[in-house]
Amino acid sequence: MNETQEKNLRRFASQMRRWIIEGVYRAQSGHPGGSLSATDIIAYLYQEELSVDPKAPRNPNRDRFVLSKGHCAPALYAALGLRDFFDIQEMKNLRQFGSFLQGHPCMSTVPGVDMSTGSLGQGISAAVGMALAAKLDGKDYRVYCVMGDGELQEGEVWEAFMCAAHYHLDNLCVIIDHNGLQIDGVTTDVMNLGSVNDKMTAFGWHSIPTDGHDFASLEKGFAEAKQQKGMPSVLVAKTVKGKGVSFMENQASWHGSAPKEEQYNVAVVELDALISKSEEL
Amino acid sequence: MGKMATREAYGRALAEFGADNRIVVLDADLSKSTNTATFKKDYPERHLNMGIAEANMMSVGCGLATCGKIVFASTFAMFASGRALEQIRNSACYPKLNLKVCATHAGITVGEDGASHQCIEDLSFMRSLPNMTVVSPSDAASTRFAIKAAIETDGPFYVRLGRLAVPDIYGEYGSDVPFTLGKANQLKAGNDLTLIATGYLVGEAIAAAELLEQEGIHARVLDMHTIKPIDKDAIIAASKETGAIVTCEEHSVIGGLGSAVAEVLSENAPCIMTRVGIQDVFGQSGTPAKLMEAYHLKAVDICATAKNLLERKKNA
Repeated sequence: MNETQEKNLRRFASQMRRWIIEGVYRAQSGHPGGSLSATDIIAYLYQEELSVDPKAPRNPNRDRFVLSKGHCAPALYAALGLRDFFDIQEMKNLRQFGSFLQGHPCMSTVPGVDMSTGSLGQGISAAVGMALAAKLDGKDYRVYCVMGDGELQEGEVWEAFMCAAHYHLDNLCVIIDHNGLQIDGVTTDVMNLGSVNDKMTAFGWHSIPTDGHDFASLEKGFAEAKQQKGMPSVLVAKTVKGKGVSFMENQASWHGSAPKEEQYNVAVVELDALISKSEEL
Repeated sequence: MGKMATREAYGRALAEFGADNRIVVLDADLSKSTNTATFKKDYPERHLNMGIAEANMMSVGCGLATCGKIVFASTFAMFASGRALEQIRNSACYPKLNLKVCATHAGITVGEDGASHQCIEDLSFMRSLPNMTVVSPSDAASTRFAIKAAIETDGPFYVRLGRLAVPDIYGEYGSDVPFTLGKANQLKAGNDLTLIATGYLVGEAIAAAELLEQEGIHARVLDMHTIKPIDKDAIIAASKETGAIVTCEEHSVIGGLGSAVAEVLSENAPCIMTRVGIQDVFGQSGTPAKLMEAYHLKAVDICATAKNLLERKKNA
Protein backbone atom coordinates (compact mmCIF):
# COMPACT_ATOMS: atom_id res chain seq x y z
CA MET A 1 0.00 0.00 0.00
CA ASN A 2 1.48 3.31 -1.03
CA GLU A 3 1.33 6.55 0.91
CA THR A 4 -1.41 8.12 -1.23
CA GLN A 5 -3.67 5.11 -0.77
CA GLU A 6 -3.08 5.12 2.97
CA LYS A 7 -3.76 8.86 3.15
CA ASN A 8 -6.95 8.55 1.11
CA LEU A 9 -8.18 5.70 3.27
CA ARG A 10 -7.51 7.58 6.48
CA ARG A 11 -9.29 10.66 5.20
CA PHE A 12 -12.25 8.65 3.89
CA ALA A 13 -12.59 6.71 7.16
CA SER A 14 -12.32 9.88 9.26
CA GLN A 15 -15.00 11.57 7.18
CA MET A 16 -17.19 8.48 7.55
CA ARG A 17 -16.82 8.65 11.32
CA ARG A 18 -17.72 12.34 11.29
CA TRP A 19 -20.89 11.64 9.29
CA ILE A 20 -21.82 8.67 11.49
CA ILE A 21 -21.74 10.91 14.55
CA GLU A 22 -23.57 13.70 12.68
CA GLY A 23 -26.39 11.40 11.58
CA VAL A 24 -26.80 9.61 14.90
CA TYR A 25 -26.63 12.88 16.84
CA ARG A 26 -29.27 14.60 14.70
CA ALA A 27 -31.55 11.54 14.85
CA GLN A 28 -30.86 11.16 18.57
CA SER A 29 -30.91 7.44 17.88
CA GLY A 30 -28.85 4.79 16.14
CA HIS A 31 -25.84 2.59 16.71
CA PRO A 32 -22.52 4.49 16.86
CA GLY A 33 -20.38 1.84 18.62
CA GLY A 34 -20.49 -0.88 15.97
CA SER A 35 -20.61 1.64 13.12
CA LEU A 36 -17.30 3.07 14.30
CA SER A 37 -15.69 -0.35 14.79
CA ALA A 38 -16.64 -1.37 11.24
CA THR A 39 -15.68 1.96 9.67
CA ASP A 40 -12.13 1.14 8.58
CA ILE A 41 -13.26 -2.20 7.10
CA ILE A 42 -16.09 -0.57 5.15
CA ALA A 43 -13.82 2.32 4.11
CA TYR A 44 -11.29 -0.16 2.71
CA LEU A 45 -14.04 -2.04 0.86
CA TYR A 46 -15.48 1.08 -0.80
CA GLN A 47 -12.12 2.68 -1.58
CA GLU A 48 -9.99 -0.28 -2.57
CA GLU A 49 -11.82 -3.55 -2.88
CA LEU A 50 -15.33 -3.33 -4.31
CA SER A 51 -15.89 -2.93 -8.01
CA VAL A 52 -18.99 -0.71 -7.89
CA ASP A 53 -20.13 2.33 -9.86
CA PRO A 54 -22.21 5.08 -8.21
CA LYS A 55 -23.64 5.91 -11.66
CA ALA A 56 -24.81 2.32 -12.19
CA PRO A 57 -25.62 0.99 -8.74
CA ARG A 58 -27.56 -1.98 -10.16
CA ASN A 59 -24.97 -3.09 -12.70
CA PRO A 60 -25.45 -6.89 -12.72
CA ASN A 61 -21.70 -7.48 -12.87
CA ARG A 62 -20.84 -5.34 -9.84
CA ASP A 63 -19.35 -6.76 -6.67
CA ARG A 64 -21.96 -7.15 -3.94
CA PHE A 65 -21.79 -5.90 -0.40
CA VAL A 66 -24.10 -7.05 2.39
CA LEU A 67 -24.01 -5.42 5.79
CA SER A 68 -25.31 -8.35 7.81
CA LYS A 69 -24.92 -6.36 11.03
CA GLY A 70 -27.53 -4.00 9.62
CA HIS A 71 -27.69 -1.74 12.68
CA CYS A 72 -24.38 -0.27 11.51
CA ALA A 73 -26.20 1.33 8.60
CA PRO A 74 -24.70 4.77 9.40
CA ALA A 75 -21.24 3.44 8.41
CA LEU A 76 -22.55 1.98 5.16
CA TYR A 77 -24.57 5.10 4.30
CA ALA A 78 -21.58 7.35 5.04
CA ALA A 79 -19.39 5.29 2.68
CA LEU A 80 -22.06 5.32 -0.05
CA GLY A 81 -22.65 9.07 0.36
CA LEU A 82 -18.94 9.86 0.25
CA ARG A 83 -18.69 7.70 -2.88
CA ASP A 84 -21.51 9.81 -4.43
CA PHE A 85 -24.19 7.12 -4.57
CA PHE A 86 -26.30 9.96 -3.14
CA ASP A 87 -25.74 13.38 -1.61
CA ILE A 88 -23.78 12.90 1.60
CA GLN A 89 -25.73 15.78 3.14
CA GLU A 90 -28.67 13.34 3.34
CA MET A 91 -26.89 11.87 6.38
CA LYS A 92 -28.39 14.79 8.28
CA ASN A 93 -31.81 13.17 7.78
CA LEU A 94 -30.74 9.69 8.88
CA ARG A 95 -33.59 7.83 10.63
CA GLN A 96 -35.93 10.79 10.31
CA PHE A 97 -39.48 10.47 9.10
CA GLY A 98 -39.63 10.59 5.31
CA SER A 99 -35.89 10.04 4.79
CA PHE A 100 -34.78 7.32 2.41
CA LEU A 101 -32.01 6.57 4.91
CA GLN A 102 -33.98 4.14 7.02
CA GLY A 103 -32.75 3.02 10.43
CA HIS A 104 -31.51 -0.24 8.93
CA PRO A 105 -30.28 -0.74 5.34
CA CYS A 106 -33.15 -0.73 2.87
CA MET A 107 -32.35 -1.80 -0.69
CA SER A 108 -35.64 -0.42 -2.01
CA THR A 109 -34.79 3.16 -1.07
CA VAL A 110 -31.01 3.54 -0.85
CA PRO A 111 -28.90 3.47 -4.05
CA GLY A 112 -25.97 1.13 -3.53
CA VAL A 113 -27.54 -1.02 -0.83
CA ASP A 114 -27.55 -4.57 -2.22
CA MET A 115 -29.66 -6.22 0.47
CA SER A 116 -32.10 -5.07 3.13
CA THR A 117 -30.79 -6.19 6.49
CA GLY A 118 -31.30 -5.48 10.15
CA SER A 119 -32.49 -8.79 11.51
CA LEU A 120 -29.20 -10.41 12.49
CA GLY A 121 -28.20 -13.59 10.71
CA GLN A 122 -30.16 -13.05 7.52
CA GLY A 123 -27.63 -10.93 5.63
CA ILE A 124 -24.99 -13.65 5.50
CA SER A 125 -27.55 -16.06 4.05
CA ALA A 126 -28.46 -13.53 1.37
CA ALA A 127 -24.75 -13.06 0.62
CA VAL A 128 -24.47 -16.83 0.15
CA GLY A 129 -27.38 -16.60 -2.31
CA MET A 130 -25.62 -13.84 -4.26
CA ALA A 131 -22.42 -15.89 -4.43
CA LEU A 132 -24.42 -18.91 -5.62
CA ALA A 133 -26.02 -16.75 -8.32
CA ALA A 134 -22.58 -15.70 -9.58
CA LYS A 135 -21.53 -19.35 -9.79
CA LEU A 136 -24.77 -20.31 -11.60
CA ASP A 137 -24.29 -17.50 -14.11
CA GLY A 138 -20.55 -18.01 -14.55
CA LYS A 139 -19.90 -14.42 -13.50
CA ASP A 140 -16.76 -13.35 -11.70
CA TYR A 141 -18.11 -10.70 -9.35
CA ARG A 142 -17.32 -11.19 -5.68
CA VAL A 143 -19.59 -10.94 -2.65
CA TYR A 144 -18.50 -9.29 0.59
CA CYS A 145 -20.37 -9.45 3.87
CA VAL A 146 -19.61 -7.66 7.13
CA MET A 147 -20.92 -9.38 10.24
CA GLY A 148 -20.78 -8.67 13.94
CA ASP A 149 -19.27 -11.05 16.46
CA GLY A 150 -22.41 -10.90 18.58
CA GLU A 151 -24.33 -11.76 15.44
CA LEU A 152 -22.54 -15.11 15.37
CA GLN A 153 -24.83 -16.17 18.22
CA GLU A 154 -27.67 -16.45 15.72
CA GLY A 155 -28.16 -20.05 14.59
CA GLU A 156 -28.94 -19.11 10.99
CA VAL A 157 -25.36 -17.83 10.66
CA TRP A 158 -23.97 -21.34 11.03
CA GLU A 159 -26.48 -22.73 8.57
CA ALA A 160 -25.18 -20.14 6.11
CA PHE A 161 -21.52 -20.89 6.87
CA MET A 162 -22.15 -24.61 6.31
CA CYS A 163 -23.90 -23.85 3.03
CA ALA A 164 -21.11 -21.57 1.72
CA ALA A 165 -18.46 -24.22 2.38
CA HIS A 166 -20.66 -26.98 0.90
CA TYR A 167 -21.01 -25.06 -2.37
CA HIS A 168 -17.30 -24.07 -2.43
CA LEU A 169 -18.12 -20.36 -2.59
CA ASP A 170 -14.61 -18.97 -3.07
CA ASN A 171 -16.24 -15.80 -4.44
CA LEU A 172 -17.57 -15.02 -0.96
CA CYS A 173 -15.56 -13.10 1.62
CA VAL A 174 -16.92 -12.44 5.10
CA ILE A 175 -15.40 -9.90 7.44
CA ILE A 176 -16.21 -10.36 11.11
CA ASP A 177 -16.09 -7.10 13.04
CA HIS A 178 -14.74 -8.74 16.19
CA ASN A 179 -15.06 -5.95 18.74
CA GLY A 180 -15.92 -8.27 21.61
CA LEU A 181 -18.90 -6.28 22.86
CA GLN A 182 -22.65 -6.50 22.42
CA ILE A 183 -25.66 -4.72 23.92
CA ASP A 184 -25.65 -6.53 27.23
CA GLY A 185 -21.89 -6.43 27.70
CA VAL A 186 -18.80 -8.46 26.87
CA THR A 187 -19.47 -11.09 24.24
CA THR A 188 -17.67 -13.79 26.24
CA ASP A 189 -19.99 -13.07 29.20
CA VAL A 190 -23.24 -12.81 27.29
CA MET A 191 -22.71 -15.98 25.23
CA ASN A 192 -19.18 -17.14 24.77
CA LEU A 193 -18.25 -17.71 21.14
CA GLY A 194 -14.99 -19.45 21.96
CA SER A 195 -12.42 -19.16 19.21
CA VAL A 196 -14.06 -17.64 16.14
CA ASN A 197 -11.02 -18.63 14.10
CA ASP A 198 -11.29 -22.30 15.16
CA LYS A 199 -15.01 -22.39 14.53
CA MET A 200 -14.65 -20.91 11.04
CA THR A 201 -11.89 -23.35 10.18
CA ALA A 202 -13.99 -26.24 11.47
CA PHE A 203 -16.84 -25.05 9.25
CA GLY A 204 -14.62 -25.31 6.18
CA TRP A 205 -13.64 -21.67 5.77
CA HIS A 206 -10.22 -20.18 5.14
CA SER A 207 -9.83 -17.98 8.19
CA ILE A 208 -7.51 -14.97 8.18
CA PRO A 209 -6.79 -13.14 11.45
CA THR A 210 -6.74 -9.41 10.69
CA ASP A 211 -6.42 -6.05 12.40
CA GLY A 212 -9.64 -4.29 11.45
CA HIS A 213 -8.15 -0.83 11.91
CA ASP A 214 -4.90 -1.42 10.01
CA PHE A 215 -5.34 -0.85 6.28
CA ALA A 216 -2.18 -2.77 5.42
CA SER A 217 -3.49 -5.76 7.38
CA LEU A 218 -6.85 -5.51 5.62
CA GLU A 219 -5.13 -5.25 2.25
CA LYS A 220 -3.13 -8.38 2.97
CA GLY A 221 -6.23 -10.20 4.24
CA PHE A 222 -8.37 -9.38 1.20
CA ALA A 223 -5.53 -10.34 -1.15
CA GLU A 224 -5.16 -13.68 0.61
CA ALA A 225 -8.93 -14.23 0.45
CA LYS A 226 -8.91 -13.71 -3.32
CA GLN A 227 -6.23 -16.35 -3.72
CA GLN A 228 -8.29 -19.04 -2.01
CA LYS A 229 -9.87 -21.48 -4.43
CA GLY A 230 -12.67 -23.88 -3.60
CA MET A 231 -13.60 -22.46 -0.22
CA PRO A 232 -15.00 -19.22 1.23
CA SER A 233 -12.74 -16.91 3.22
CA VAL A 234 -13.28 -14.94 6.39
CA LEU A 235 -11.29 -12.06 7.79
CA VAL A 236 -11.59 -12.25 11.55
CA ALA A 237 -10.93 -8.59 12.14
CA LYS A 238 -9.97 -7.48 15.64
CA THR A 239 -11.60 -4.12 16.22
CA VAL A 240 -12.43 -1.60 18.92
CA LYS A 241 -16.08 -0.75 19.44
CA GLY A 242 -16.55 3.02 19.19
CA LYS A 243 -13.13 3.45 17.50
CA GLY A 244 -12.16 7.07 16.90
CA VAL A 245 -14.30 8.72 19.57
CA SER A 246 -12.38 8.48 22.85
CA PHE A 247 -15.28 8.18 25.26
CA MET A 248 -17.08 5.62 23.10
CA GLU A 249 -14.13 3.25 22.72
CA ASN A 250 -14.59 -0.19 24.28
CA GLN A 251 -17.91 0.79 25.89
CA ALA A 252 -20.86 -1.56 25.31
CA SER A 253 -23.16 1.25 26.42
CA TRP A 254 -22.49 3.06 23.12
CA HIS A 255 -23.90 0.15 21.14
CA GLY A 256 -27.22 1.81 20.56
CA SER A 257 -27.33 5.27 22.08
CA ALA A 258 -26.84 8.75 20.64
CA PRO A 259 -24.50 11.39 22.04
CA LYS A 260 -25.95 14.38 23.88
CA GLU A 261 -24.88 17.88 22.85
CA GLU A 262 -21.72 18.15 24.97
CA GLN A 263 -20.67 14.65 24.00
CA TYR A 264 -21.34 15.46 20.36
CA ASN A 265 -19.14 18.55 20.63
CA VAL A 266 -16.28 16.52 22.09
CA ALA A 267 -16.65 13.89 19.37
CA VAL A 268 -16.69 16.54 16.63
CA VAL A 269 -13.47 18.12 17.92
CA GLU A 270 -11.77 14.71 17.99
CA LEU A 271 -13.01 13.69 14.57
CA ASP A 272 -12.23 17.02 12.92
CA ALA A 273 -8.71 16.66 14.29
CA LEU A 274 -8.55 13.16 12.77
CA ILE A 275 -9.67 14.54 9.41
CA SER A 276 -7.05 17.34 9.53
CA LYS A 277 -4.38 14.86 10.52
CA SER A 278 -5.27 12.60 7.61
CA GLU A 279 -4.88 15.58 5.25
CA GLU A 280 -1.36 16.16 6.55
CA LEU A 281 -0.11 12.58 6.22
CA MET B 1 -62.72 -38.14 -11.91
CA GLY B 2 -58.93 -38.29 -11.72
CA LYS B 3 -56.85 -37.48 -8.70
CA MET B 4 -53.48 -35.87 -8.13
CA ALA B 5 -51.82 -34.22 -5.15
CA THR B 6 -51.19 -30.51 -5.61
CA ARG B 7 -47.55 -31.11 -4.59
CA GLU B 8 -47.18 -33.50 -7.51
CA ALA B 9 -48.69 -30.91 -9.84
CA TYR B 10 -46.22 -28.39 -8.42
CA GLY B 11 -43.25 -30.61 -9.31
CA ARG B 12 -44.62 -31.16 -12.79
CA ALA B 13 -45.26 -27.45 -13.29
CA LEU B 14 -41.71 -26.59 -12.21
CA ALA B 15 -40.36 -29.06 -14.74
CA GLU B 16 -42.79 -27.83 -17.41
CA PHE B 17 -41.80 -24.17 -17.02
CA GLY B 18 -38.23 -24.93 -15.93
CA ALA B 19 -36.52 -24.08 -19.24
CA ASP B 20 -36.59 -20.44 -18.08
CA ASN B 21 -33.08 -20.26 -16.66
CA ARG B 22 -34.03 -17.51 -14.21
CA ILE B 23 -35.75 -20.26 -12.21
CA VAL B 24 -33.75 -21.69 -9.30
CA VAL B 25 -35.28 -24.26 -6.95
CA LEU B 26 -34.23 -24.66 -3.32
CA ASP B 27 -35.24 -27.52 -1.07
CA ALA B 28 -34.50 -28.46 2.54
CA ASP B 29 -33.86 -32.21 2.29
CA LEU B 30 -37.44 -32.98 1.27
CA SER B 31 -37.21 -32.87 -2.51
CA LYS B 32 -38.92 -36.23 -3.00
CA SER B 33 -41.78 -35.24 -0.72
CA THR B 34 -42.19 -31.71 -2.04
CA ASN B 35 -41.72 -33.05 -5.59
CA THR B 36 -39.05 -30.52 -6.50
CA ALA B 37 -37.10 -33.69 -7.43
CA THR B 38 -39.19 -33.70 -10.62
CA PHE B 39 -37.55 -30.40 -11.61
CA LYS B 40 -34.14 -31.67 -10.51
CA LYS B 41 -34.32 -34.55 -13.01
CA ASP B 42 -34.43 -32.09 -15.91
CA TYR B 43 -32.43 -29.19 -14.45
CA PRO B 44 -30.04 -30.56 -11.82
CA GLU B 45 -27.74 -27.52 -12.01
CA ARG B 46 -30.56 -25.20 -10.91
CA HIS B 47 -31.81 -27.35 -8.04
CA LEU B 48 -29.88 -26.60 -4.85
CA ASN B 49 -30.35 -28.61 -1.70
CA MET B 50 -29.98 -26.39 1.35
CA GLY B 51 -30.06 -29.23 3.86
CA ILE B 52 -32.30 -29.16 6.91
CA ALA B 53 -31.90 -25.41 7.39
CA GLU B 54 -35.08 -23.61 6.40
CA ALA B 55 -34.20 -20.18 7.77
CA ASN B 56 -31.00 -20.06 5.74
CA MET B 57 -32.84 -21.43 2.69
CA MET B 58 -35.28 -18.51 2.62
CA SER B 59 -32.62 -15.81 2.94
CA VAL B 60 -30.31 -17.56 0.44
CA GLY B 61 -33.27 -17.53 -1.92
CA CYS B 62 -33.58 -13.79 -1.40
CA GLY B 63 -29.90 -13.26 -2.21
CA LEU B 64 -30.39 -15.22 -5.43
CA ALA B 65 -33.48 -13.13 -6.17
CA THR B 66 -31.50 -9.88 -5.91
CA CYS B 67 -29.37 -11.25 -8.76
CA GLY B 68 -32.36 -11.71 -11.08
CA LYS B 69 -33.38 -15.25 -10.18
CA ILE B 70 -36.96 -16.42 -9.69
CA VAL B 71 -36.53 -18.62 -6.67
CA PHE B 72 -38.82 -21.45 -5.64
CA ALA B 73 -38.14 -22.52 -2.06
CA SER B 74 -39.88 -25.63 -0.83
CA THR B 75 -40.29 -27.56 2.35
CA PHE B 76 -43.25 -28.59 4.50
CA ALA B 77 -45.70 -25.77 5.27
CA MET B 78 -44.92 -25.97 8.98
CA PHE B 79 -41.23 -25.23 8.53
CA ALA B 80 -41.65 -22.82 5.63
CA SER B 81 -44.26 -20.56 7.19
CA GLY B 82 -43.45 -21.23 10.84
CA ARG B 83 -39.74 -21.65 11.37
CA ALA B 84 -38.74 -19.31 8.56
CA LEU B 85 -41.51 -16.75 9.08
CA GLU B 86 -39.18 -13.90 9.97
CA GLN B 87 -36.80 -14.62 7.10
CA ILE B 88 -39.75 -14.50 4.74
CA ARG B 89 -40.90 -11.24 6.30
CA ASN B 90 -37.62 -9.36 6.47
CA SER B 91 -35.55 -10.83 3.64
CA ALA B 92 -38.32 -11.40 1.06
CA CYS B 93 -41.42 -9.29 1.73
CA TYR B 94 -39.81 -6.07 2.97
CA PRO B 95 -37.60 -5.68 -0.14
CA LYS B 96 -40.32 -7.32 -2.30
CA LEU B 97 -38.06 -9.97 -3.79
CA ASN B 98 -38.92 -12.84 -6.11
CA LEU B 99 -39.04 -15.58 -3.52
CA LYS B 100 -41.79 -18.09 -4.21
CA VAL B 101 -42.37 -20.15 -1.08
CA CYS B 102 -44.12 -23.31 -2.23
CA ALA B 103 -45.05 -25.17 0.89
CA THR B 104 -46.32 -28.72 0.77
CA HIS B 105 -47.93 -30.93 3.42
CA ALA B 106 -50.22 -28.15 4.60
CA GLY B 107 -53.25 -28.91 6.74
CA ILE B 108 -54.27 -31.98 8.72
CA THR B 109 -54.41 -34.30 5.71
CA VAL B 110 -50.68 -34.76 6.32
CA GLY B 111 -52.20 -37.54 8.41
CA GLU B 112 -50.12 -39.97 10.47
CA ASP B 113 -47.22 -37.58 11.17
CA GLY B 114 -49.48 -35.80 13.62
CA ALA B 115 -49.82 -32.29 14.98
CA SER B 116 -46.13 -31.30 14.79
CA HIS B 117 -46.31 -31.59 11.00
CA GLN B 118 -49.91 -30.51 10.39
CA CYS B 119 -49.64 -26.81 9.61
CA ILE B 120 -53.00 -25.12 10.17
CA GLU B 121 -51.69 -21.59 10.70
CA ASP B 122 -49.77 -20.82 7.49
CA LEU B 123 -52.45 -18.78 5.73
CA SER B 124 -52.75 -16.66 8.85
CA PHE B 125 -48.99 -16.09 9.11
CA MET B 126 -48.48 -15.36 5.42
CA ARG B 127 -51.59 -13.26 4.88
CA SER B 128 -50.44 -10.69 7.42
CA LEU B 129 -47.18 -9.92 5.56
CA PRO B 130 -47.14 -6.76 3.39
CA ASN B 131 -46.26 -7.39 -0.30
CA MET B 132 -47.08 -11.11 0.00
CA THR B 133 -49.40 -12.88 -2.43
CA VAL B 134 -51.01 -15.99 -0.94
CA VAL B 135 -52.40 -18.73 -3.18
CA SER B 136 -54.12 -21.93 -2.15
CA PRO B 137 -55.00 -23.98 -5.24
CA SER B 138 -57.63 -26.72 -5.06
CA ASP B 139 -56.38 -29.23 -7.61
CA ALA B 140 -53.59 -30.21 -9.98
CA ALA B 141 -54.77 -28.18 -12.97
CA SER B 142 -55.16 -24.95 -10.98
CA THR B 143 -51.83 -25.53 -9.21
CA ARG B 144 -50.17 -25.41 -12.61
CA PHE B 145 -51.70 -21.98 -13.21
CA ALA B 146 -50.75 -20.81 -9.72
CA ILE B 147 -47.10 -21.67 -10.44
CA LYS B 148 -47.31 -19.96 -13.83
CA ALA B 149 -48.70 -16.84 -12.13
CA ALA B 150 -45.92 -16.95 -9.53
CA ILE B 151 -43.32 -16.99 -12.31
CA GLU B 152 -44.99 -14.17 -14.23
CA THR B 153 -45.78 -11.91 -11.27
CA ASP B 154 -43.08 -9.91 -9.53
CA GLY B 155 -42.72 -10.23 -5.77
CA PRO B 156 -42.96 -12.80 -3.00
CA PHE B 157 -45.52 -15.61 -3.16
CA TYR B 158 -46.76 -18.23 -0.75
CA VAL B 159 -48.34 -21.23 -2.46
CA ARG B 160 -50.10 -23.71 -0.18
CA LEU B 161 -49.92 -27.29 -1.37
CA GLY B 162 -51.13 -30.61 -0.01
CA ARG B 163 -49.73 -34.08 0.46
CA LEU B 164 -52.90 -35.99 -0.34
CA ALA B 165 -54.07 -36.87 -3.86
CA VAL B 166 -57.16 -34.72 -4.40
CA PRO B 167 -59.93 -34.95 -7.01
CA ASP B 168 -59.55 -32.88 -10.17
CA ILE B 169 -61.87 -29.90 -9.96
CA TYR B 170 -60.97 -28.35 -13.33
CA GLY B 171 -59.95 -31.51 -15.19
CA GLU B 172 -56.64 -33.31 -15.21
CA TYR B 173 -53.23 -31.61 -14.97
CA GLY B 174 -52.77 -29.47 -18.06
CA SER B 175 -56.45 -28.64 -18.50
CA ASP B 176 -57.34 -25.01 -19.05
CA VAL B 177 -58.38 -23.20 -15.88
CA PRO B 178 -59.78 -19.67 -15.68
CA PHE B 179 -57.14 -18.48 -13.22
CA THR B 180 -56.69 -14.81 -12.39
CA LEU B 181 -54.88 -13.86 -9.18
CA GLY B 182 -57.31 -12.26 -6.76
CA LYS B 183 -60.39 -13.44 -8.65
CA ALA B 184 -62.47 -16.27 -7.20
CA ASN B 185 -63.90 -18.91 -9.53
CA GLN B 186 -67.60 -19.58 -9.26
CA LEU B 187 -68.03 -23.33 -9.61
CA LYS B 188 -71.77 -23.50 -9.04
CA ALA B 189 -74.51 -20.88 -9.23
CA GLY B 190 -77.06 -20.47 -6.43
CA ASN B 191 -78.72 -17.76 -4.37
CA ASP B 192 -79.76 -19.43 -1.10
CA LEU B 193 -76.29 -19.19 0.43
CA THR B 194 -72.63 -19.24 -0.62
CA LEU B 195 -69.95 -21.76 0.18
CA ILE B 196 -66.54 -20.07 -0.11
CA ALA B 197 -63.82 -22.70 -0.06
CA THR B 198 -60.09 -22.92 -0.63
CA GLY B 199 -57.58 -25.70 -1.25
CA TYR B 200 -58.61 -29.25 -0.57
CA LEU B 201 -61.99 -28.21 0.84
CA VAL B 202 -63.17 -26.92 -2.54
CA GLY B 203 -63.96 -30.52 -3.50
CA GLU B 204 -65.82 -31.06 -0.24
CA ALA B 205 -67.76 -27.82 -0.77
CA ILE B 206 -68.86 -28.95 -4.22
CA ALA B 207 -70.01 -32.28 -2.76
CA ALA B 208 -71.83 -30.39 0.01
CA ALA B 209 -73.58 -28.19 -2.55
CA GLU B 210 -74.76 -31.34 -4.33
CA LEU B 211 -76.18 -32.71 -1.06
CA LEU B 212 -77.94 -29.39 -0.44
CA GLU B 213 -79.31 -29.39 -3.98
CA GLN B 214 -81.00 -32.74 -3.24
CA GLU B 215 -82.90 -30.92 -0.50
CA GLY B 216 -83.83 -28.06 -2.80
CA ILE B 217 -81.23 -25.66 -1.43
CA HIS B 218 -79.31 -23.78 -4.10
CA ALA B 219 -75.83 -23.05 -2.85
CA ARG B 220 -73.32 -20.93 -4.73
CA VAL B 221 -69.79 -22.33 -4.61
CA LEU B 222 -66.69 -20.16 -4.93
CA ASP B 223 -63.12 -21.44 -5.23
CA MET B 224 -61.14 -18.74 -3.40
CA HIS B 225 -57.78 -19.81 -4.76
CA THR B 226 -56.17 -16.47 -3.91
CA ILE B 227 -56.29 -15.69 -0.21
CA LYS B 228 -54.41 -12.45 -0.70
CA PRO B 229 -55.36 -10.23 -2.39
CA ILE B 230 -58.82 -11.58 -1.59
CA ASP B 231 -61.65 -11.16 -4.10
CA LYS B 232 -63.72 -8.50 -2.31
CA ASP B 233 -66.18 -8.12 -5.16
CA ALA B 234 -67.11 -11.80 -5.15
CA ILE B 235 -67.55 -11.79 -1.36
CA ILE B 236 -69.68 -8.63 -1.36
CA ALA B 237 -71.79 -9.99 -4.22
CA ALA B 238 -72.24 -13.27 -2.33
CA SER B 239 -73.40 -11.36 0.72
CA LYS B 240 -75.84 -9.16 -1.18
CA GLU B 241 -77.20 -11.91 -3.43
CA THR B 242 -77.30 -14.87 -1.04
CA GLY B 243 -77.25 -13.32 2.45
CA ALA B 244 -75.41 -16.21 4.13
CA ILE B 245 -71.86 -17.50 3.79
CA VAL B 246 -70.02 -20.62 4.92
CA THR B 247 -66.24 -20.55 4.59
CA CYS B 248 -64.45 -23.88 4.22
CA GLU B 249 -60.73 -24.39 4.81
CA GLU B 250 -58.34 -27.06 5.97
CA HIS B 251 -56.81 -24.49 8.29
CA SER B 252 -57.49 -22.87 11.63
CA VAL B 253 -60.64 -20.77 11.62
CA ILE B 254 -58.41 -18.03 13.05
CA GLY B 255 -56.58 -15.90 10.54
CA GLY B 256 -57.15 -17.78 7.31
CA LEU B 257 -59.89 -17.75 4.68
CA GLY B 258 -62.70 -17.41 7.22
CA SER B 259 -61.09 -14.39 8.81
CA ALA B 260 -60.30 -12.79 5.45
CA VAL B 261 -63.94 -13.18 4.35
CA ALA B 262 -65.23 -11.89 7.70
CA GLU B 263 -63.03 -8.79 7.38
CA VAL B 264 -64.46 -7.98 3.96
CA LEU B 265 -68.03 -8.63 5.07
CA SER B 266 -67.90 -6.63 8.29
CA GLU B 267 -66.49 -3.56 6.55
CA ASN B 268 -68.57 -3.72 3.38
CA ALA B 269 -71.64 -5.91 3.43
CA PRO B 270 -72.31 -7.71 6.71
CA CYS B 271 -74.24 -10.96 6.55
CA ILE B 272 -74.45 -14.05 8.70
CA MET B 273 -71.61 -16.50 8.27
CA THR B 274 -70.03 -19.62 9.75
CA ARG B 275 -66.44 -20.76 9.44
CA VAL B 276 -65.79 -24.45 8.76
CA GLY B 277 -62.19 -25.26 9.65
CA ILE B 278 -60.01 -26.41 12.52
CA GLN B 279 -61.57 -24.96 15.67
CA ASP B 280 -58.48 -23.57 17.43
CA VAL B 281 -57.08 -26.99 18.34
CA PHE B 282 -54.08 -29.04 17.22
CA GLY B 283 -54.45 -32.04 14.96
CA GLN B 284 -53.33 -35.59 15.76
CA SER B 285 -52.15 -38.77 14.08
CA GLY B 286 -54.55 -40.73 11.95
CA THR B 287 -55.44 -41.38 8.34
CA PRO B 288 -56.41 -38.26 6.40
CA ALA B 289 -59.92 -39.69 5.94
CA LYS B 290 -60.34 -40.27 9.67
CA LEU B 291 -59.02 -36.80 10.48
CA MET B 292 -61.33 -35.13 7.97
CA GLU B 293 -64.24 -36.75 9.80
CA ALA B 294 -62.92 -36.09 13.29
CA TYR B 295 -62.39 -32.37 12.62
CA HIS B 296 -65.72 -31.99 10.79
CA LEU B 297 -64.32 -30.94 7.44
CA LYS B 298 -66.33 -33.34 5.24
CA ALA B 299 -69.08 -32.48 2.78
CA VAL B 300 -71.69 -33.71 5.28
CA ASP B 301 -70.31 -31.32 7.90
CA ILE B 302 -70.38 -28.39 5.50
CA CYS B 303 -73.91 -29.39 4.52
CA ALA B 304 -75.07 -29.49 8.15
CA THR B 305 -73.40 -26.15 8.87
CA ALA B 306 -75.08 -24.63 5.83
CA LYS B 307 -78.51 -25.81 6.96
CA ASN B 308 -77.99 -24.39 10.46
CA LEU B 309 -76.97 -21.09 8.93
CA LEU B 310 -80.06 -21.06 6.72
CA GLU B 311 -82.18 -21.52 9.87
CA ARG B 312 -80.52 -18.42 11.32
CA LYS B 313 -81.15 -16.59 8.06
CA LYS B 314 -84.85 -17.51 8.20
CA ASN B 315 -85.14 -16.32 11.80
CA ALA B 316 -83.12 -13.16 11.27
